[in-house]
Amino acid sequence: MHLRDRLARIDIHGAPYLFIAPFFLLFGIFGLFPLGYTLWVSLHDWTLLGGNEGWVGFGNYTELFSDDYFWNSLLNTFAIFLIATIPQMLVALGLAQVLNASLRAITFWRVGVIIPTATSVAAVGIIFTMAFSRDFGIVNWMIGLVGVDPIAWNQERIPSWIAIATMVDWRWTGYNALILLAALQAVPKDLYESARLDGASAARQFWSITIPMLRPTLMFVVTVSTIGGIQLFTEPLLFNPGANAITGGDMRQFQTSAMYVVEQAFTGQRFGYAATVAWVLFAVIVLVSLVNSLLVRRIRSAD
Amino acid sequence: MTTPMTATLPTLTATDDPEAPSRKRRRSRVHRASPLTYLVLAFVVLASIGPLYYMVVMASRPNSDITSNPPPLTPGSELGDNVTRVFENPDVVFAQSLLNSLMVATVATISVVTLSALAGFAFAKLRFRGKNFFLLCVIGTMMVPVQLGLVPLYMLMGWIGLAGSLWSAVLPFLVTGFGVFFMRQYVMQAIPDELIEAARVDGASTTRIFFQVIFPALRPAVAVLGLLTFMERWNDFMWPYLTLAPENPTVQVALSRLSGGYYTDQALVMAGTLLATVPLVLVFVLFGRRIVGGIMEGGVKG
Repeated sequence: MHLRDRLARIDIHGAPYLFIAPFFLLFGIFGLFPLGYTLWVSLHDWTLLGGNEGWVGFGNYTELFSDDYFWNSLLNTFAIFLIATIPQMLVALGLAQVLNASLRAITFWRVGVIIPTATSVAAVGIIFTMAFSRDFGIVNWMIGLVGVDPIAWNQERIPSWIAIATMVDWRWTGYNALILLAALQAVPKDLYESARLDGASAARQFWSITIPMLRPTLMFVVTVSTIGGIQLFTEPLLFNPGANAITGGDMRQFQTSAMYVVEQAFTGQRFGYAATVAWVLFAVIVLVSLVNSLLVRRIRSAD
Repeated sequence: MTTPMTATLPTLTATDDPEAPSRKRRRSRVHRASPLTYLVLAFVVLASIGPLYYMVVMASRPNSDITSNPPPLTPGSELGDNVTRVFENPDVVFAQSLLNSLMVATVATISVVTLSALAGFAFAKLRFRGKNFFLLCVIGTMMVPVQLGLVPLYMLMGWIGLAGSLWSAVLPFLVTGFGVFFMRQYVMQAIPDELIEAARVDGASTTRIFFQVIFPALRPAVAVLGLLTFMERWNDFMWPYLTLAPENPTVQVALSRLSGGYYTDQALVMAGTLLATVPLVLVFVLFGRRIVGGIMEGGVKG
């Protein structure tokens, strides 16, 4: 009996830790450790085959700052990120509003909107690359109908950014709209009632109630899009099929920084330098997330 | 009588529950859908489906049609032919890659669902020191760009002798912060404390309570989290592309090989893409209501 009580006590106090341990253990080994160890590797001359070939301090970082290919990749990453994210957020907000109406066949519309999310990123890359091909792509055919000359989407820089941003937006806009819709539905209805009694217009209600109440969710959606956008890899990789896919076009016109990490690690076999690029990219993500949160915080809170 | 969905899924479909008090007020407040609303939605759904339709068209045409101008806009009759060619293609072991994806996604799904339920239950119903801190850590992990650790992760797989194997594609995805958080939300709202108290009075250990009382009651949440996780793993590209041996890819990696080949057999590429895409899109359509509920629930609390 006594032993039983002690076992029960151990169970009560120990079981919770036992239950959460697998998560932290596995995340620690396969998530946190590699990310942290990236910093260590970045301070070494480290190759794919030779392994650790000695400490170089900030040598890799110095090299990075004068590496034109890196800055080029960062420019591409940000350009695509902005071209994709800004319209995506606006459309997702609008779509959430539309879906918030009392609709017939509500599940049909909601599912229809997020079907792209179920499509794999590789499939998206392949389908859109074909749709954007210069000679036989359906996009050039469609713009041809309104008299625009064919565009070499994967040759010219800005068109390639637009094409890749289109892939990202096709896949994620509906998903983000649904998350914003969930937040919209959580806004207390009496806020709108009293605003209307006070004679506030629909636009006024949107800016003074909806947007502030959506603030935490907007923050969430923007942060997730930022983390994903700055690590963009697959869409631009598949946009340039062939042996040199990793360089993102003949003139690296759409090589993103994540692609540059992989190029350095596996084509160049320079693990140390690749880790440096990855670590700087990590710093960039943290920085952009901070800027985001400052911007979103400036939205007046609703109370 | 409520539908089975609302009876078993109180959290996930709260917004669709006709009995919910907020529903009535919402109906009276929210603008009624105008024809314009439907027009906008119809346009959006067309844009959603358009690229997939384009894929079906291209996958069912002979390769010679694909360079025709104007481009073909209706499906052809060569789908079976193209699909056969995908499976017979010697450069890409397509059937094997489908099987590999199935295995990778299944193992990761079982692990994520089980371990998330365990941890989610602990966070929702058990008392322990440092609970809030640990929960904050879980949420924090959702914000960590783990993909950027790919160089050491690759090295790690070499150290433990798994480089190139299917296990190397599975191991980094055995747990997700999202899963733990999602399960916590569900357990908090779906499992009454009395249920646990009663089992304790009967002398059941915490582990036994979890497996015999809690886990069976989590079926709806398991289904949603399982579907979302399976989808994510099936569709995963970057890490499998880097880690898997070329002769043993997942289907997404095999697709990229098909499209990256020197030949330009686009009908074949599209047929492969169709094979890799259609199963999931079908699942999505069949279980759409649940998945939508899961996404909306996960997002709003995250």
